[in-house]
Amino acid sequence: MTAETIPTPVAAPNTGPPHPLAEFWLYFRANAGAVVGLFVIVGLVVVALLADVISPHSPIITNNTVFLKPPFWQAGGTLAYPLGTDAIGRDILSRLIHGARLSLLIGIAVVVLAVFAGTVLGLVAGFFRGMIEIVIMRLMDITLTLPSLLLAIVIVAILGPGLMNAMLAVSVVLLPHYVRIARAAVISEVAKDYVTAARVIGAGRMRLMFKEVLPNCVAPLIVQATLGISTAILDAAALGFLGLGAQPPTPEWGTMLADAREFVVRAWWVVTLPGVAILVTVLAFNLFGDGLRDALDPKLKR
Amino acid sequence: MVRFIFTRLSLVVPTFIGITLIVFVLVRLIPGDPIETMAGERGIDPARLAQLRHEYGFDQPVFVQYLYYLGRLFQGDLGRSIVTHEAVITEFKALFPATVELAVCSIIFALCLGLPAGIIAAVRRNSIFDHGVMGASLTGYSMPIFWWGLLLILLFSVQLGFTPVSGRISVMFYVESVTGFLLVDTLLVGDYDAFRSALAHLILPTIVLGTRPLAVIARMTRSSMLEVLGEDYIRTARAKGLPAYRVIAVHALRNALIPVVTVIGLQVGVLFTGAILTETIFSWPGVGKWLIEGINRRDYPVLQGGTLIIGAIIMIINLLVDVTYGLINPRIRYQR
Repeated sequence: MTAETIPTPVAAPNTGPPHPLAEFWLYFRANAGAVVGLFVIVGLVVVALLADVISPHSPIITNNTVFLKPPFWQAGGTLAYPLGTDAIGRDILSRLIHGARLSLLIGIAVVVLAVFAGTVLGLVAGFFRGMIEIVIMRLMDITLTLPSLLLAIVIVAILGPGLMNAMLAVSVVLLPHYVRIARAAVISEVAKDYVTAARVIGAGRMRLMFKEVLPNCVAPLIVQATLGISTAILDAAALGFLGLGAQPPTPEWGTMLADAREFVVRAWWVVTLPGVAILVTVLAFNLFGDGLRDALDPKLKR
Repeated sequence: MVRFIFTRLSLVVPTFIGITLIVFVLVRLIPGDPIETMAGERGIDPARLAQLRHEYGFDQPVFVQYLYYLGRLFQGDLGRSIVTHEAVITEFKALFPATVELAVCSIIFALCLGLPAGIIAAVRRNSIFDHGVMGASLTGYSMPIFWWGLLLILLFSVQLGFTPVSGRISVMFYVESVTGFLLVDTLLVGDYDAFRSALAHLILPTIVLGTRPLAVIARMTRSSMLEVLGEDYIRTARAKGLPAYRVIAVHALRNALIPVVTVIGLQVGVLFTGAILTETIFSWPGVGKWLIEGINRRDYPVLQGGTLIIGAIIMIINLLVDVTYGLINPRIRYQR
């Protein structure tokens, strides 16, 4: 009762507030799910980077002696193809590993594009107000009104099916979220004293926008971006599944599932494993994003 | 209140025109001439091509085409499918009940499981049940539903043989369409075997489409309940000596449901996105599958009309949610 409450004199003086990163880690660490998510993401990144080294076979080359081999623990499976092969004799494990590379690339590229364009549009809308703001925000409202996948499908139909176009389509669909966040943050920041001070000193519009206001709007954008990666991976896989995303033989998880549909009855592993990969990846990003939001949200602290 | 509804309505009109413009422009940007596509690989006589292009108005400048389009739109004409030559609105009307039936069942499924799960999770905060519900709902939220559907087919249709793989009803039955909802129509006729068949076909698609709303509703109910349970009037109710179930069911739940209602309204767009995938997996003869087929056949009017109707429906539902919310919560009504 007494010993614990006495502050230890060594730790108290001249430490000052903890470094922002250390403080962030302190809050983030408390969320077990978020930490698990982070580990899975790190693992996926490692797998993606080493894809060429660790995958036992080529993800694309077919081998006509091993059609639809089951995983090694089932009768008929061999350790040479640990997770079995698909209908034209490609190693599932190697395809999944290369798929991780693709999915991470899709998630990050899509979100970078959406965040970049969204932040610029949001900053412009929040700064200039008036007609520009109305046009931008109306456009974003309309984009939000249409079901996300439908809009993405229409865009892919225009540009033609393919991985690049699917990524572009998903970026457009995600865009409104970032525009809204950036605009809301700008409007609340612009009224603050430091912006007025910068303006009085004579800072130009560009400087005010990007140097003064933007750094103070970053936290919500980061959180939304992390959660956006999971949406991007999921939507791109859905497009792949509908035959509008990555085209065969690209080892994209959604496309793999589209190819596997007709083998539901004969080969469960062809249908199950790519889906598990999508689910685990998306779940990891969602867990991580939730933890990030809690750790960065000042309202939830203490 | 009238003014509130009027402001909301005045926002709807420009949004709607905006949707028509965007849909029109997007669809016109699709490469490939629809008439040449229709002709297929056999090709088409240039004179006939020109005649058909003229007939369909494809030889006019794009903005003239848009104005014509808008003009026809206000007369309720959404064009005709290039493939079937049926009016888009007729095709839509024929297929829409199937999608609505599926969506309504999914929302009911999501509510029946999501509300109690969220409430119990909030009341027993940090219990194993709470952690289980939160884990399951995050998993449901992260689920690629097109894979989830395949998985359920694999398990329940292929392995166990419980449910049919695809379609809306067994081909053995013919049911006169009265409402378009097979569950209702079969009961109206009194054909219970057909009803059972329709129900069996509906189970897996309902679960697949309901998974995401279920996850969202469970999470939302839990967090909303937690917020309300911390309020002073709950403590007062408890202090008065009211039984726990009454405090939760009457005092807390009523207030906690307000944000949940909004979230359900906002699920309509999500449901439609899900319907496209679910209908594709289960060959469900609804609007989502129709649109995907429209894309594959380059059927401009179907794509244009379908997207527009869906956009309009979602807009109207959002408006209704807004107005309902204004009715329930005066604080919203008096903003602006």
